[in-house]
Amino acid sequence: MNKYIPYIITMAVVTYLIRMIPLTFFQKEIKSPFIKSFLFYVPYAVLGAMTFPAIFTSAQSLIPSIIGTVFALFLAYKEKSLLTVAIIACIAVYVTEILL
Amino acid sequence: MQFVENRFIQGLKDSVPIGLGYLSVSFTFGMMCVSSGIPIEVAVIISLTNLTSAGQFSGLILILESSPLIELAMSQLIINLRYALMSLSLSQKIDKQMNTLDRALVSFGITDEIFALASSTYERVGRNYLFGLIVFPVFCWTLGTWIGGTATALMPDTLRNALGIAIYGMFLAIIIPPAKKLKNVRKVLMFSIILSCCFELIKPVIEISSGFVIILCTILAAGVGAYLFPIKEIEHE
Repeated sequence: MNKYIPYIITMAVVTYLIRMIPLTFFQKEIKSPFIKSFLFYVPYAVLGAMTFPAIFTSAQSLIPSIIGTVFALFLAYKEKSLLTVAIIACIAVYVTEILL
Repeated sequence: MQFVENRFIQGLKDSVPIGLGYLSVSFTFGMMCVSSGIPIEVAVIISLTNLTSAGQFSGLILILESSPLIELAMSQLIINLRYALMSLSLSQKIDKQMNTLDRALVSFGITDEIFALASSTYERVGRNYLFGLIVFPVFCWTLGTWIGGTATALMPDTLRNALGIAIYGMFLAIIIPPAKKLKNVRKVLMFSIILSCCFELIKPVIEISSGFVIILCTILAAGVGAYLFPIKEIEHE
Protein backbone atom coordinates (compact mmCIF):
# COMPACT_ATOMS: atom_id res chain seq x y z
CA MET A 1 0.00 0.00 0.00
CA ASN A 2 2.70 2.51 1.02
CA LYS A 3 4.50 2.45 -2.31
CA TYR A 4 1.29 3.59 -4.01
CA ILE A 5 0.79 6.68 -1.86
CA PRO A 6 3.07 9.01 -3.88
CA TYR A 7 1.26 7.94 -7.08
CA ILE A 8 -2.17 8.46 -5.53
CA ILE A 9 -1.26 11.91 -4.25
CA THR A 10 0.35 12.98 -7.55
CA MET A 11 -2.68 11.93 -9.61
CA ALA A 12 -5.18 13.48 -7.22
CA VAL A 13 -3.36 16.81 -6.88
CA VAL A 14 -2.62 17.30 -10.58
CA THR A 15 -6.14 16.35 -11.65
CA TYR A 16 -7.73 18.59 -9.03
CA LEU A 17 -5.59 21.64 -9.81
CA ILE A 18 -6.47 21.38 -13.51
CA ARG A 19 -10.15 21.56 -12.65
CA MET A 20 -9.89 24.04 -9.82
CA ILE A 21 -7.62 26.80 -11.15
CA PRO A 22 -9.66 27.99 -14.15
CA LEU A 23 -13.04 27.92 -12.38
CA THR A 24 -11.71 29.59 -9.26
CA PHE A 25 -9.35 32.19 -10.65
CA PHE A 26 -10.13 32.94 -14.28
CA GLN A 27 -13.11 34.86 -15.51
CA LYS A 28 -12.14 35.50 -19.14
CA GLU A 29 -12.80 33.16 -22.03
CA ILE A 30 -10.02 31.58 -24.11
CA LYS A 31 -9.92 33.38 -27.45
CA SER A 32 -6.94 31.78 -29.19
CA PRO A 33 -8.24 29.45 -31.95
CA PHE A 34 -4.96 27.51 -31.75
CA ILE A 35 -5.31 26.70 -28.03
CA LYS A 36 -9.00 25.91 -28.42
CA SER A 37 -8.26 23.56 -31.31
CA PHE A 38 -5.33 22.00 -29.47
CA LEU A 39 -7.51 21.25 -26.45
CA PHE A 40 -10.19 19.83 -28.73
CA TYR A 41 -7.79 17.37 -30.37
CA VAL A 42 -6.01 16.32 -27.15
CA PRO A 43 -8.33 13.46 -26.06
CA TYR A 44 -8.12 11.76 -29.48
CA ALA A 45 -4.36 12.10 -29.72
CA VAL A 46 -3.90 10.74 -26.17
CA LEU A 47 -6.21 7.77 -26.55
CA GLY A 48 -4.84 6.88 -30.00
CA ALA A 49 -1.26 6.82 -28.75
CA MET A 50 -2.24 4.87 -25.63
CA THR A 51 -4.20 2.24 -27.56
CA PHE A 52 -1.75 1.53 -30.39
CA PRO A 53 0.40 -0.50 -30.48
CA ALA A 54 -0.27 -1.53 -26.83
CA ILE A 55 -3.57 -3.25 -27.68
CA PHE A 56 -1.71 -5.90 -29.72
CA THR A 57 0.05 -7.18 -26.61
CA SER A 58 -2.79 -6.61 -24.15
CA ALA A 59 -3.68 -10.31 -23.78
CA GLN A 60 -0.11 -11.61 -23.31
CA SER A 61 -0.07 -13.48 -26.67
CA LEU A 62 -0.41 -11.86 -30.10
CA ILE A 63 -3.19 -13.79 -31.85
CA PRO A 64 -5.90 -13.51 -29.16
CA SER A 65 -5.02 -9.80 -28.87
CA ILE A 66 -5.45 -9.26 -32.60
CA ILE A 67 -8.77 -11.12 -32.66
CA GLY A 68 -9.95 -9.01 -29.73
CA THR A 69 -8.78 -5.84 -31.48
CA VAL A 70 -10.72 -6.70 -34.65
CA PHE A 71 -13.90 -7.27 -32.63
CA ALA A 72 -13.39 -4.05 -30.67
CA LEU A 73 -12.76 -1.99 -33.83
CA PHE A 74 -15.85 -3.38 -35.51
CA LEU A 75 -18.13 -2.76 -32.52
CA ALA A 76 -16.71 0.70 -31.91
CA TYR A 77 -17.34 1.49 -35.57
CA LYS A 78 -20.94 0.33 -35.05
CA GLU A 79 -21.04 2.84 -32.15
CA LYS A 80 -21.80 0.30 -29.43
CA SER A 81 -21.47 1.47 -25.81
CA LEU A 82 -18.12 1.52 -24.01
CA LEU A 83 -19.03 -1.40 -21.82
CA THR A 84 -20.34 -3.51 -24.72
CA VAL A 85 -17.17 -3.01 -26.75
CA ALA A 86 -14.95 -3.76 -23.76
CA ILE A 87 -16.81 -6.91 -22.70
CA ILE A 88 -17.12 -8.42 -26.18
CA ALA A 89 -13.42 -7.77 -26.86
CA CYS A 90 -12.63 -9.67 -23.64
CA ILE A 91 -14.91 -12.55 -24.63
CA ALA A 92 -13.27 -12.73 -28.08
CA VAL A 93 -9.82 -12.91 -26.46
CA TYR A 94 -10.97 -15.50 -23.93
CA VAL A 95 -12.59 -17.77 -26.54
CA THR A 96 -9.54 -17.51 -28.81
CA GLU A 97 -7.22 -18.41 -25.92
CA ILE A 98 -9.28 -21.49 -25.15
CA LEU A 99 -9.41 -22.60 -28.80
CA LEU A 100 -5.68 -22.18 -29.42
CA MET B 1 -32.22 39.16 -13.80
CA GLN B 2 -31.17 35.70 -14.93
CA PHE B 3 -32.77 32.56 -13.54
CA VAL B 4 -30.42 30.57 -11.30
CA GLU B 5 -31.17 26.88 -10.75
CA ASN B 6 -29.96 26.21 -7.22
CA ARG B 7 -31.93 23.26 -5.82
CA PHE B 8 -29.90 20.38 -4.40
CA ILE B 9 -32.72 17.90 -5.11
CA GLN B 10 -32.95 18.96 -8.75
CA GLY B 11 -29.21 18.39 -9.16
CA LEU B 12 -29.52 14.97 -7.56
CA LYS B 13 -32.36 14.02 -9.92
CA ASP B 14 -30.49 15.23 -13.00
CA SER B 15 -27.43 13.23 -12.01
CA VAL B 16 -29.08 9.78 -11.79
CA PRO B 17 -28.36 8.69 -15.39
CA ILE B 18 -24.77 9.92 -15.08
CA GLY B 19 -24.26 7.95 -11.88
CA LEU B 20 -25.64 4.74 -13.33
CA GLY B 21 -23.39 5.10 -16.37
CA TYR B 22 -20.39 5.63 -14.11
CA LEU B 23 -21.08 2.39 -12.24
CA SER B 24 -20.24 0.34 -15.30
CA VAL B 25 -17.14 2.27 -16.38
CA SER B 26 -15.63 2.34 -12.89
CA PHE B 27 -16.45 -1.36 -12.57
CA THR B 28 -13.99 -1.87 -15.46
CA PHE B 29 -11.40 0.29 -13.67
CA GLY B 30 -11.71 -1.79 -10.49
CA MET B 31 -11.38 -4.96 -12.54
CA MET B 32 -8.30 -3.68 -14.38
CA CYS B 33 -6.56 -2.62 -11.17
CA VAL B 34 -7.13 -5.83 -9.26
CA SER B 35 -6.38 -8.08 -12.25
CA SER B 36 -3.03 -6.32 -12.68
CA GLY B 37 -2.12 -6.62 -9.02
CA ILE B 38 -3.06 -3.22 -7.56
CA PRO B 39 -4.70 -3.54 -4.11
CA ILE B 40 -8.42 -2.82 -4.16
CA GLU B 41 -8.18 -0.04 -1.56
CA VAL B 42 -5.70 1.79 -3.81
CA ALA B 43 -8.13 1.48 -6.75
CA VAL B 44 -11.00 2.83 -4.65
CA ILE B 45 -8.97 5.78 -3.33
CA ILE B 46 -7.81 6.66 -6.87
CA SER B 47 -11.42 6.67 -8.08
CA LEU B 48 -12.63 8.76 -5.15
CA THR B 49 -9.88 11.35 -5.57
CA ASN B 50 -9.66 11.52 -9.38
CA LEU B 51 -13.15 11.00 -10.82
CA THR B 52 -11.94 10.65 -14.40
CA SER B 53 -11.77 7.66 -16.73
CA ALA B 54 -9.00 8.25 -19.28
CA GLY B 55 -6.74 9.83 -16.64
CA GLN B 56 -7.13 6.95 -14.22
CA PHE B 57 -6.65 4.25 -16.84
CA SER B 58 -3.49 5.85 -18.16
CA GLY B 59 -2.31 6.51 -14.60
CA LEU B 60 -2.79 2.81 -13.89
CA ILE B 61 -0.56 1.89 -16.85
CA LEU B 62 2.20 4.21 -15.61
CA ILE B 63 1.90 2.96 -12.01
CA LEU B 64 2.30 -0.62 -13.24
CA GLU B 65 5.48 0.39 -15.06
CA SER B 66 6.76 2.18 -11.91
CA SER B 67 7.21 5.32 -14.01
CA PRO B 68 8.79 8.38 -12.39
CA LEU B 69 6.27 10.68 -10.67
CA ILE B 70 7.09 13.57 -12.99
CA GLU B 71 5.98 11.47 -15.96
CA LEU B 72 2.79 10.54 -14.17
CA ALA B 73 2.14 14.19 -13.37
CA MET B 74 2.86 15.31 -16.94
CA SER B 75 0.65 12.68 -18.51
CA GLN B 76 -2.20 13.46 -16.10
CA LEU B 77 -1.82 17.13 -16.91
CA ILE B 78 -2.05 16.55 -20.64
CA ILE B 79 -4.78 13.92 -20.59
CA ASN B 80 -6.95 15.96 -18.24
CA LEU B 81 -6.24 19.34 -19.81
CA ARG B 82 -9.71 19.35 -21.37
CA TYR B 83 -11.13 19.80 -17.85
CA ALA B 84 -9.35 23.15 -17.68
CA LEU B 85 -11.30 24.22 -20.73
CA MET B 86 -14.58 22.97 -19.26
CA SER B 87 -13.77 24.60 -15.93
CA LEU B 88 -13.12 27.85 -17.75
CA SER B 89 -16.32 27.56 -19.70
CA LEU B 90 -18.30 26.73 -16.56
CA SER B 91 -16.93 29.82 -14.84
CA GLN B 92 -19.16 31.81 -17.23
CA LYS B 93 -22.27 29.80 -16.31
CA ILE B 94 -22.25 29.61 -12.52
CA ASP B 95 -24.12 31.79 -10.06
CA LYS B 96 -22.19 35.04 -9.60
CA GLN B 97 -22.89 34.81 -5.85
CA MET B 98 -20.60 31.79 -5.52
CA ASN B 99 -17.49 32.63 -3.52
CA THR B 100 -13.97 31.28 -4.00
CA LEU B 101 -14.48 28.35 -1.63
CA ASP B 102 -17.70 27.28 -3.39
CA ARG B 103 -15.94 27.43 -6.73
CA ALA B 104 -12.97 25.44 -5.45
CA LEU B 105 -15.34 22.77 -4.08
CA VAL B 106 -17.55 22.27 -7.13
CA SER B 107 -14.57 22.22 -9.50
CA PHE B 108 -13.68 18.81 -8.06
CA GLY B 109 -16.71 17.34 -9.82
CA ILE B 110 -16.09 18.56 -13.36
CA THR B 111 -16.26 15.58 -15.72
CA ASP B 112 -17.31 15.40 -19.38
CA GLU B 113 -20.86 14.38 -18.46
CA ILE B 114 -21.36 16.61 -15.43
CA PHE B 115 -20.00 19.56 -17.36
CA ALA B 116 -22.31 18.82 -20.28
CA LEU B 117 -25.33 18.83 -17.97
CA ALA B 118 -24.33 21.80 -15.85
CA SER B 119 -23.54 23.98 -18.82
CA SER B 120 -26.36 23.15 -21.17
CA THR B 121 -29.56 22.68 -19.17
CA TYR B 122 -30.14 25.93 -17.27
CA GLU B 123 -29.37 29.58 -17.79
CA ARG B 124 -27.22 29.68 -14.68
CA VAL B 125 -26.48 27.11 -11.99
CA GLY B 126 -25.82 27.65 -8.30
CA ARG B 127 -23.80 25.96 -5.60
CA ASN B 128 -26.51 23.69 -4.18
CA TYR B 129 -27.57 22.46 -7.59
CA LEU B 130 -23.96 21.63 -8.48
CA PHE B 131 -23.42 19.80 -5.18
CA GLY B 132 -26.52 17.74 -5.93
CA LEU B 133 -25.29 17.03 -9.43
CA ILE B 134 -21.86 15.86 -8.26
CA VAL B 135 -22.48 13.79 -5.13
CA PHE B 136 -24.29 10.78 -6.66
CA PRO B 137 -21.88 10.27 -9.60
CA VAL B 138 -18.91 10.43 -7.17
CA PHE B 139 -20.59 7.81 -4.99
CA CYS B 140 -21.32 5.56 -8.00
CA TRP B 141 -17.84 5.97 -9.44
CA THR B 142 -16.26 4.88 -6.15
CA LEU B 143 -18.75 2.08 -5.48
CA GLY B 144 -18.40 0.70 -9.03
CA THR B 145 -14.62 0.51 -8.62
CA TRP B 146 -15.01 -1.48 -5.42
CA ILE B 147 -17.55 -3.88 -6.95
CA GLY B 148 -15.35 -4.42 -10.03
CA GLY B 149 -12.28 -5.09 -7.89
CA THR B 150 -14.11 -7.47 -5.60
CA ALA B 151 -15.62 -9.42 -8.50
CA THR B 152 -12.22 -9.79 -10.15
CA ALA B 153 -10.53 -11.17 -7.06
CA LEU B 154 -12.97 -14.10 -7.25
CA MET B 155 -12.25 -14.86 -10.95
CA PRO B 156 -10.05 -17.67 -12.34
CA ASP B 157 -6.68 -16.64 -13.89
CA THR B 158 -7.59 -17.49 -17.50
CA LEU B 159 -10.52 -15.11 -17.37
CA ARG B 160 -8.42 -12.41 -15.75
CA ASN B 161 -5.89 -12.56 -18.61
CA ALA B 162 -8.63 -11.86 -21.11
CA LEU B 163 -9.55 -8.66 -19.26
CA GLY B 164 -6.34 -6.95 -20.40
CA ILE B 165 -8.00 -5.74 -23.58
CA ALA B 166 -11.02 -4.20 -21.81
CA ILE B 167 -9.44 -0.78 -21.33
CA TYR B 168 -8.35 -0.53 -24.97
CA GLY B 169 -11.74 -1.68 -26.19
CA MET B 170 -13.21 1.18 -24.18
CA PHE B 171 -10.77 3.66 -25.68
CA LEU B 172 -11.71 2.51 -29.18
CA ALA B 173 -15.39 2.95 -28.33
CA ILE B 174 -14.57 6.55 -27.30
CA ILE B 175 -12.44 7.56 -30.29
CA ILE B 176 -13.88 5.69 -33.29
CA PRO B 177 -17.37 7.27 -33.50
CA PRO B 178 -16.12 10.90 -33.62
CA ALA B 179 -13.29 9.86 -35.96
CA LYS B 180 -15.90 8.39 -38.27
CA LYS B 181 -17.77 11.68 -38.48
CA LEU B 182 -14.99 14.26 -38.38
CA LYS B 183 -12.23 14.11 -40.99
CA ASN B 184 -9.80 16.25 -38.99
CA VAL B 185 -10.22 14.17 -35.84
CA ARG B 186 -9.49 11.13 -37.99
CA LYS B 187 -6.28 12.71 -39.29
CA VAL B 188 -5.07 13.71 -35.83
CA LEU B 189 -5.86 10.23 -34.53
CA MET B 190 -4.02 8.50 -37.36
CA PHE B 191 -1.02 10.79 -36.94
CA SER B 192 -0.87 10.04 -33.22
CA ILE B 193 -1.17 6.28 -33.77
CA ILE B 194 1.55 6.25 -36.44
CA LEU B 195 3.86 8.29 -34.18
CA SER B 196 3.21 5.96 -31.26
CA CYS B 197 3.99 2.88 -33.39
CA CYS B 198 7.19 4.52 -34.68
CA PHE B 199 8.33 5.18 -31.11
CA GLU B 200 7.64 1.55 -30.27
CA LEU B 201 9.90 0.48 -33.13
CA ILE B 202 12.80 2.67 -31.99
CA LYS B 203 12.42 1.70 -28.32
CA PRO B 204 15.02 -1.10 -28.50
CA VAL B 205 17.51 1.47 -29.86
CA ILE B 206 16.64 4.55 -27.80
CA GLU B 207 15.67 4.30 -24.12
CA ILE B 208 12.28 6.04 -23.86
CA SER B 209 9.40 5.33 -21.49
CA SER B 210 5.77 4.72 -22.48
CA GLY B 211 4.55 7.70 -20.47
CA PHE B 212 6.87 10.05 -22.30
CA VAL B 213 5.91 8.58 -25.67
CA ILE B 214 2.24 9.33 -24.91
CA ILE B 215 3.07 12.92 -23.97
CA LEU B 216 5.15 13.44 -27.12
CA CYS B 217 2.56 11.90 -29.43
CA THR B 218 -0.22 13.97 -27.87
CA ILE B 219 1.57 17.30 -28.10
CA LEU B 220 2.77 16.64 -31.64
CA ALA B 221 -0.50 15.26 -33.03
CA ALA B 222 -2.80 17.76 -31.30
CA GLY B 223 -0.37 20.61 -32.03
CA VAL B 224 -0.05 19.82 -35.73
CA GLY B 225 -3.82 19.25 -35.89
CA ALA B 226 -4.55 22.61 -34.25
CA TYR B 227 -2.10 24.33 -36.62
CA LEU B 228 -3.32 22.70 -39.85
CA PHE B 229 -7.03 22.28 -39.04
CA PRO B 230 -8.11 24.92 -36.54
CA ILE B 231 -11.74 24.56 -35.52
CA LYS B 232 -14.13 27.46 -35.27
CA GLU B 233 -16.52 26.24 -32.63
CA ILE B 234 -15.94 23.54 -30.05
CA GLU B 235 -18.95 21.49 -29.09
CA HIS B 236 -18.93 19.42 -25.94
CA GLU B 237 -20.59 16.05 -26.33
